[in-house]
Amino acid sequence: MLEICNLCAGVEGNPILKNLNLQVNAGEVHAIMGPNGSGKSTLAQVLAGRSDYEVTGGTVLFNGADLLEMKPEDRARAGLFLAFQYPVEIPGVNSTSFLKAALNECRKARGQEELDAVEFLALVKKKTKLLELDPALLSRSVNEGFSGGEKKRNEIFQMAVLEPRLAILDETDSGLDIDALKIVAGGVNKLRRPDNATLVITHYQRLLNYIVPDIVHVLMQGRIVRTGGKELALELEARGYDWLLETAASNANP
Amino acid sequence: MIDTLKQPKASPAPEPAAIIPSDSDQQRVQVVLDAFANADADGFPPWLRTIRGAARAQAGRIGFPTTRQEEWKFTNMAPVLQLPLHPAEKGSAKITRQDIARFSFGLDAHRLVFVDGHFCANLCSLPDEDNDLQLGNLLGQLAGDSPDVEKNLARHADSNANFFTALNTAFFQDGAFVSIAAGKTAAKPVHLLFIGASEQPGATALSRNLILAQRGARLKVIESHVSLSDAARLTNTVTELVLGPGADVEHCKVQQESGRAFHIASIQAVQAGDSRWISHSIATGSRLARNQIQTLLNAGGAAAVLNGLYLGDAEQLIDHHTVVDHARAHCESHEFYHGILADRAHGVFNGKIFVRQDAQKTNAKQTNRNLLLSDNAVIDTKPQLEIFADDVKCTHGAAIGQLSDEAAFYLRSRGIGAEQARRMLIQAFASDVIERIGIEPVRTRLEQMLAERFDPAKE
Repeated sequence: MLEICNLCAGVEGNPILKNLNLQVNAGEVHAIMGPNGSGKSTLAQVLAGRSDYEVTGGTVLFNGADLLEMKPEDRARAGLFLAFQYPVEIPGVNSTSFLKAALNECRKARGQEELDAVEFLALVKKKTKLLELDPALLSRSVNEGFSGGEKKRNEIFQMAVLEPRLAILDETDSGLDIDALKIVAGGVNKLRRPDNATLVITHYQRLLNYIVPDIVHVLMQGRIVRTGGKELALELEARGYDWLLETAASNANP
Repeated sequence: MIDTLKQPKASPAPEPAAIIPSDSDQQRVQVVLDAFANADADGFPPWLRTIRGAARAQAGRIGFPTTRQEEWKFTNMAPVLQLPLHPAEKGSAKITRQDIARFSFGLDAHRLVFVDGHFCANLCSLPDEDNDLQLGNLLGQLAGDSPDVEKNLARHADSNANFFTALNTAFFQDGAFVSIAAGKTAAKPVHLLFIGASEQPGATALSRNLILAQRGARLKVIESHVSLSDAARLTNTVTELVLGPGADVEHCKVQQESGRAFHIASIQAVQAGDSRWISHSIATGSRLARNQIQTLLNAGGAAAVLNGLYLGDAEQLIDHHTVVDHARAHCESHEFYHGILADRAHGVFNGKIFVRQDAQKTNAKQTNRNLLLSDNAVIDTKPQLEIFADDVKCTHGAAIGQLSDEAAFYLRSRGIGAEQARRMLIQAFASDVIERIGIEPVRTRLEQMLAERFDPAKE
């Protein structure tokens, strides 16, 4: 589904991702862990198409298409979804009409009928239950005045409505208390299907107790330095990242 | 919603204006005054003729404003003087109810209609005989004996310093008179519709409105200015509002004149204790528009809300000068202006707040935010607080920015196209002001107007 090959990217001339390779197949859950500044969020933003980051090399195929050539909206319509680490507040843009417009753009791109207001509200009702999200939030402006936890829950709610092929969760656990974490993780798990995939970016192992990954990658200094099963996450929790630094350094200067 | 720069960006010093009123232009002012003098109505009562005579003399003394004057620094009025100014004639256009239906906001209202400044009884929708709500044209009132008119007309708007207000006082043709009795609530909003229809360049409509709300009365007024012609006309309108104790008045001015029209408006409210005035100024039309919106908070408990939205594109210049005068203690004012400027449009916002020595416990807040959609759009924003009391709470803020890339990216990352995302953000910025309007059909129509204005398919 997603094939990242020798991806290099940076911001204002500073390289951040250096020859990153990653392959995600349908039905899989991958976790990317790594210390601060290793490039985790950069990877998420580059995949979503944020223009602040400059891609300087490599390729990314998404279901066979050249992802890097696509506009952000086309990536979303093709089924890529980023749950933001810091969802932005957009005063004046109503949550419900925003999401309805977004869903219908995605549906159009997939050759599906657009939903009318009644159908959309029925869908919303179903999905808010899944995330135990207060429906009153949806009558407000996008993320405006939401608590940290509500913002994160709203991200996963949007994901539930848009039903992406590949969901990238960028530090979705940060700022969540344990109850909210369980709800969010429960939502993500219920959305798992054999034909979609999830890329969970996280700092801590905690989230991975609830969203159990098939594969864990360690991202350091802009590249994947180790890949393993879910037990790798536990090892990182116990030992930290320092022991992998040597690997990172030797990979950087082959 | 907008990326705010740390400091309001002062625009570079204005380049020397292409046309500056010269001494000979000032002589032309006399010619203009003479042109209007011929049209002076003779039927006015003596007290008003005295006021008009004094205002005419004062207009001559003040002279035509120039950018050398602080009040007109950013707004060059000289192009107005290039017009062959003359009072617009009556009946210069045959207008039917059908022609004006689209200006009604779909609103069930009492409606007074003026074409080129002249009252058109046949286009109005007036209530049946109603002792609580008096509604009609000012000339009608002046023909009879009206102590309320004599007590208030031309007693509040300042003809001493402002040339255009003096000009209006000296020569106004007609206008609306609205008066609601103590303790009464108007069952329907009142719509004052001013239509520019003359095809004559320089045709000038001088409208004068007087709105009186007695003790505890409640009233909503929409004052809208539109064009049926594309001529370079001039509108010079003055509205005086007098709010008795506890009165509650919402006044929504909507200016959508044609792109070649010139529009000069002055609104002066005077508020008694515990009264509440909500003013909206929605300005989207005309080549050059100057709005002077002022209120005097004259007794404790008075509250004023001044909302504004100006949308400019092409070469438009839209200027708002507001004055909130806290003359007495325990009053409150909230001011909230948004500007959206595209192309080479120029916006001016000057917000004065006076807090007089007696006005302790004043609470005054002012915000002006501007969205510049092009590199060539300019905004001059200037908060101006003069505080002479020591126990007050006054805040002000001005911001200038562009559409937030972060917000646009968020919308796009969900599948919304770049252009639609841009439009959603512009509309959101404008809606922040529009949604404060308390007259639902007006709000809805304005939202639609905004959607059309920023729809690229229409360009």
